[in-house]
Amino acid sequence: MTAISLTHFLIIGALLFTAGLVTVATRKNAVGILMGVELILNGSNVNFVAFNHYVTGGVSGQVFALFVIVLAAAEAAVGLAIVLAIFQTFKTIDVRFADLMRE
Amino acid sequence: MRIDARKLSLWFIATLAVVVFLGYMTTQVIQPAFAKGGPAPSGPAGLTDFLFYVIAALTVAGALGVALSRNILYSAMGLLMALLGVGALYVYLAADFVAVTQLLIYIGGVLVLILFAVMLTNRITEVNVSNTSFGLFGGILLAASVAPVLVAVVTLTPWRVRLAAPAMAATTEAIGNGFLTTWLLPFEVASLVLLATLVGSIVIARKEIKAD
Repeated sequence: MTAISLTHFLIIGALLFTAGLVTVATRKNAVGILMGVELILNGSNVNFVAFNHYVTGGVSGQVFALFVIVLAAAEAAVGLAIVLAIFQTFKTIDVRFADLMRE
Repeated sequence: MRIDARKLSLWFIATLAVVVFLGYMTTQVIQPAFAKGGPAPSGPAGLTDFLFYVIAALTVAGALGVALSRNILYSAMGLLMALLGVGALYVYLAADFVAVTQLLIYIGGVLVLILFAVMLTNRITEVNVSNTSFGLFGGILLAASVAPVLVAVVTLTPWRVRLAAPAMAATTEAIGNGFLTTWLLPFEVASLVLLATLVGSIVIARKEIKAD
């Protein structure tokens, strides 16, 4: 084992991104797809903070990560509201069956 | 519910594989990359480093749980593990404010919201129908084509790392000053976005009441 470095964090970010991508691509459940999006955003956040710590210094990367967190929270709220509306309309949240934009 | 021994051993093997992968990447790929050029990392591997590997394995195992679990509730628990691990990694990166924000917003807000949505919309007692997926083959193919590229880019690029060891210092003051000076406009726009989100999700999710 070596001392931890930038590369370690970037690899973890890449693995989180890959897991999120697989989740988004393979799930049929709308809530599962939203979980995948959260994983992708977390992977990018790890990269932001890691580059901030090891390369640039200061707090700009951390501020960017905070904005990403805020927008992810907003995205989750709207996404889950849409999921609930889809469930009320179609009685399922399987994304294959939600194929109408009206009732 | 009875604990399935076969499933448990499968999870153990998966976690072990992740740890072995991380160890292999560290000793066989990253170390030669450092030996070729750039400053070698100094200092012995102590308890801090060991904890880092444990947290990293936890994070990646949680992410894999989200991607592969058959039950949507297990996926949510995997997401909890991944988010907690990422929060701990922020502490390793001397980002105290971001770490606490991760705990408050992601785990206290987003994850609870997701759990609410799961329980409101799914028949969660039926384990195998709640989180079906389009075959595992495509997912594995996707992961096998994306992950090696990203990892190779990360390990082969000579990053311009700061030579001086970054100090662990509180960042809250600098972040607060930055929000109200340099990043004032994005800050205000973010508050507008949150307001629009609040109104929009209420409008979308409320029950329609017919006028008659």
